[in-house]
Amino acid sequence: MKITVQTEVFDLNAEVTALHRNNPSVGAIATFLGTVRSESGQVSEMALEHYPGMTEKSLAAIVQEAQSRWAVLDATVIHRIGPLAPCEPIVLVAIASAHRGEAFAACEFIMDFLKTRAPFWKKETTTAGGQWVDARTSDESAAQRWNKP
Amino acid sequence: MNLQLLFFARLRETLGVSRTSFTLNAPATVADLLGALRDRGGVWATELAAGRNFRIAVNQEMADLNTPLSEGDEVALFPPVTGG
Repeated sequence: MKITVQTEVFDLNAEVTALHRNNPSVGAIATFLGTVRSESGQVSEMALEHYPGMTEKSLAAIVQEAQSRWAVLDATVIHRIGPLAPCEPIVLVAIASAHRGEAFAACEFIMDFLKTRAPFWKKETTTAGGQWVDARTSDESAAQRWNKP
Repeated sequence: MNLQLLFFARLRETLGVSRTSFTLNAPATVADLLGALRDRGGVWATELAAGRNFRIAVNQEMADLNTPLSEGDEVALFPPVTGG
């Protein structure tokens, strides 16, 4: 398992290769890549702040919860911080399992909880100045649906 | 007891502090700490008013108003998270 918070860009292909290169039990890898969105070209920069220490613990707990629900063979979570430009990658979640169903489910679960539990905050810069992004209730609903029996 | 307080994102900017030491009479809970911070008045009273949307972590674990505090605890206050 690899959990990293970093300013540098990451290489999706290298991260995926690392998950299956030496593990013949892996038959499926699901990846999620989040990028900086600028609707109507309004956002010139997105700055990401986090809570060092708690962020890593929180991500590890989310991945462990996913591992308790699905047969995850390996996992990589990379989240970038600092100033980012539109179209740049922000977050990568890559899940290796034997079959696709578990990889898809664990990947989506981890993203839903990362968005609602991991201590990151986004601040957008537009022509109107800087503005903290508000939390979305749809993200909380997405996380809550995993609690249903 | 001595606490380390941390503030993030919008709360850090509005309150004008990212980290500070704070002394509180023991025994105390998160609710007692928030009461003491509101007593500073001004933005402290408005930003931390009951009903405002913010989160609290004690020693890097999510906490609530009833969470007890101990000497040396790290208490963080921050808005709902927006990563990913």
